Amino acid sequence: MKRRIYGLENEYGIICSSESKGRRAVSIPNVVIYLFREIIHGRMYPDVFLENGARFYQDIGCHPEYATPECDNIIDLILHDKAGERIIEHLSISAEVRMKKEGLPSKISVFKNNTDTPGNTYGCHENYLMERSVSIRQLASQLIPFFVTRQVFTGAGKVRPRSRGSYAISQRAQHIREEISIATTTARGIINTRDEPHADREKYRRLHVIVGDSNMSEYTTYLKVGTTSIVLRMIEDNFIDRRLALRDPVRAIQAISDDITCTRKVEMNDGRMLSAVELQKDYLQLARKYFEFVEPDPLSEDIMEKWEYVLTCLEEDPMRLDREVDWVIKKKLIDSYVSSRNLRWDSSKVLMLDLQYHNIRTDKGLYYLLEKDKKVKRMVVDKDIEHAMYHPPETTRAKFRSRFIKLVNEKKILCGVNWSYIQVYEPHQKLFLSTDPLEPEFEEASRMIYSI
Amino acid sequence: MPSAERKQERRKKTSETEETQSAPSLNEKSEEIKEDLDKILDEIDEILEEDSEEFVENYVQRGGQ
Repeated sequence: MKRRIYGLENEYGIICSSESKGRRAVSIPNVVIYLFREIIHGRMYPDVFLENGARFYQDIGCHPEYATPECDNIIDLILHDKAGERIIEHLSISAEVRMKKEGLPSKISVFKNNTDTPGNTYGCHENYLMERSVSIRQLASQLIPFFVTRQVFTGAGKVRPRSRGSYAISQRAQHIREEISIATTTARGIINTRDEPHADREKYRRLHVIVGDSNMSEYTTYLKVGTTSIVLRMIEDNFIDRRLALRDPVRAIQAISDDITCTRKVEMNDGRMLSAVELQKDYLQLARKYFEFVEPDPLSEDIMEKWEYVLTCLEEDPMRLDREVDWVIKKKLIDSYVSSRNLRWDSSKVLMLDLQYHNIRTDKGLYYLLEKDKKVKRMVVDKDIEHAMYHPPETTRAKFRSRFIKLVNEKKILCGVNWSYIQVYEPHQKLFLSTDPLEPEFEEASRMIYSI
Repeated sequence: MPSAERKQERRKKTSETEETQSAPSLNEKSEEIKEDLDKILDEIDEILEEDSEEFVENYVQRGGQ
């Protein structure tokens, strides 16, 4: 598919501490209620579609989750993913104000990461709309080696708990137990088989990817989604002719995550030993060849250029990517702090640094400290992120959903909304169902919206 | 060293460099980068002022998807 729908879902972690001495902190479920109160407009459940077309809801494990609206290009996707951070930042600040008014002065910190201190995990899910014609077997065999190895430039990095005293490339790798699985809360797989396209099932499948980390760096997100989408195009067009199967993908994903030199070799099915970088170079080489057969576009060219750049750096010295790739940016910052303050790597301050890198508050988070000082490479500008907080992508069906939501919020009308439909109950029940997320406008939907 | 003191010392250092060197040199450039980093590390000190041990231990979530 040349034009495709992308979506990113992020589950956020929360901690709340009391600002009045001796009083216990408000529990997380109650903090989440405070967070949602401003935005649910009197509805019963913390589950709403926002004016930019995104969905914001409370997910399993009490995590607030932001799912971007449908985007058909990666820049829109980054904008809407970042807009989600800004919306939650705004909600957490106003929740603090309300808590203070009600005699419960508190500080809320929200983290965009994937693990807590004892090792519970929560996800960042990527979604790709795909052609139905690809079988899950073909998809799995050609994607697994890619997913196992892409972490060298998509990982968010993780300081290991005291006993291990080291640093891992990926937050999520240690929670992957299967090659293929439908589970998302227990035996998580490299390939997740959940397939709810929210669209015409005959035509489309949805690839729901749960193996990746949450990213702070815009550059990392760009590469993560960009390279994956190129590999998906090659799979859809039956272009991957090489056998790239790994002997033991689950072991390999952990072995690669454990090696920050990115030199460890893993065994292929045919007995060859390859490093993650070498395997990624194979995919890149295939991609270059693919674009000799199909018409290249500037975005794909740019993705391949950056893909090549990070692979070259990873081969020479991974630490050179301290402006581009999350796990390196964070590692380098912690290293500098540890050496200038004579800390030990197993000190709780180091774990705190790891956590605070992912704090989405722009005045507290370490990622934002670096961003403010122009120490990280960006792909978008703040003005456009701000715009995306209130406006949908213009080229997908999120556009008519957004128009509908703005109207029903303004007129305070009881309605139903989901990814694929909009519905009103009065004066007559009306429902509009969309089976093509790539279409931004439907005459029928417009008529229904303007009849309100 | 408390961070306020460190900041003051850095400010002093900056004005000294300004007075004694006119043309930018390689040394000055690397000094600038170092000072930039120092500034960030000072800001981190402020973020880490609270009890990190307690904070980290309290960061317990229920598992998600």
